[in-house]
Amino acid sequence: MLQLSVVFQTSADEGAKDCFEKINRATFAFNMGLDKAIFKPVSKGYRKLPSPIRTGTSNALNNLSNLITVPNNILQGDFSSALHNTTRFLINSTLGIVGIFDPANSFGLERKEKEDFGQTLGVMGVGEGCYIVLPVLGPSTIRDTVGSMISFSGGDAWYNITVKNDTQYVNESDYYFSKGVSGVDFRAKNLEAFESVERNSVDLYATIRSIYLQDRKRKIKNSKEIIETMDDSDWDSIEK
Amino acid sequence: MKLLKRSLFSAIFFILITTNVSASNPSEFISDLSLKTSEILSSKITDDEKIVKLKKIGESSVDINGVGLYTLGKYRKTLTENQKAEYKKLFKDYFLKSFSGRLVSYKDAKIIVINEEVKNEKYTIVYSKLLGNSDRPEVKIDWRVYTKNPENPLIRDLVIEGLSLARTQKEEFHSIIENNGGNVQALFDTLSVFANN
Repeated sequence: MLQLSVVFQTSADEGAKDCFEKINRATFAFNMGLDKAIFKPVSKGYRKLPSPIRTGTSNALNNLSNLITVPNNILQGDFSSALHNTTRFLINSTLGIVGIFDPANSFGLERKEKEDFGQTLGVMGVGEGCYIVLPVLGPSTIRDTVGSMISFSGGDAWYNITVKNDTQYVNESDYYFSKGVSGVDFRAKNLEAFESVERNSVDLYATIRSIYLQDRKRKIKNSKEIIETMDDSDWDSIEK
Repeated sequence: MKLLKRSLFSAIFFILITTNVSASNPSEFISDLSLKTSEILSSKITDDEKIVKLKKIGESSVDINGVGLYTLGKYRKTLTENQKAEYKKLFKDYFLKSFSGRLVSYKDAKIIVINEEVKNEKYTIVYSKLLGNSDRPEVKIDWRVYTKNPENPLIRDLVIEGLSLARTQKEEFHSIIENNGGNVQALFDTLSVFANN
């Protein structure tokens, strides 16, 4: 029990809780090599595709992500977002031809922030726990990894109908293909930003860790309120 | 006549981009700054020339000393006077190189100020967005403007899509010091290598 509380301890003010830093740094180096050899060149190629194809792909993947977002909206008690995202999913899957187009946006149903089981655990008060770097998948925390495991244990409808229960229409390869394209799409959208961070960081591992943890905190807060990164007390100390 | 016009235009352009951004209203200050930065980034000069100009902008519009002290975190209190002076110089060189290096890769950067929130007499948050294009999505950027001297507002932090650059830098520096047994000199060496590379 004590071990569990250490692993999930909330570390809002004490900075990153990097319990496995040495292993994490090694995994990070491996992932960076993989990125250099595969993801970056593929993303550069993807960027050369005509803009409508990339937008359509991005839209379809976003539409698919509603299958995880909606159950998490409900688990977080955010029923209005659940209704909003369900309506978006139904409109875009039909009128928008499996989500390639986004007619729901034209009807005033704007795209909302994605939700996942890691965020839901965070909303429920579970601390992020130790920071970990997963091979291929990248930065995570113990809490977010548990969240991903929930997805693979029945929480993700897309995983269920592709991998767990091969149906007549979609199969296992569709799931892994969608995840791979999703990674490439994200990487392609952030090519310059990644390059800039890579070139101008004095400790890239620490920079990525900070960015990941800040981003997760912001997503869990789910609001536009000023979060701890902009807390005045952080800055007041330099005036003393 | 053509040559005179061109020279006059170049002179005005040069004055515009090298003069301190002096608008006293934080939103105007950020708008002016964004416009000048955008003009530099889209101009047809070499990257090295852009970097020189961007460094001038950074020097006049960012509270480099304040950011430097903030990013040092708890180790700030452990420095001797000599170390403080050394850090101040190293950080300035590091910051300006990093600042201009990050910006120069953006060829097409148009920022629109949306509104501002006066937090107290010392800080105003200016909310803006970097317009998206076919390769890049729209990005929300919040600027923490230090307004202790209202005549000379200075930037202390950029929060991009909720991610604070100052905080990221603070954690990066903290990691370097911690991984070297709490030795601040390791950070100084790293900053020196970065600035001189």
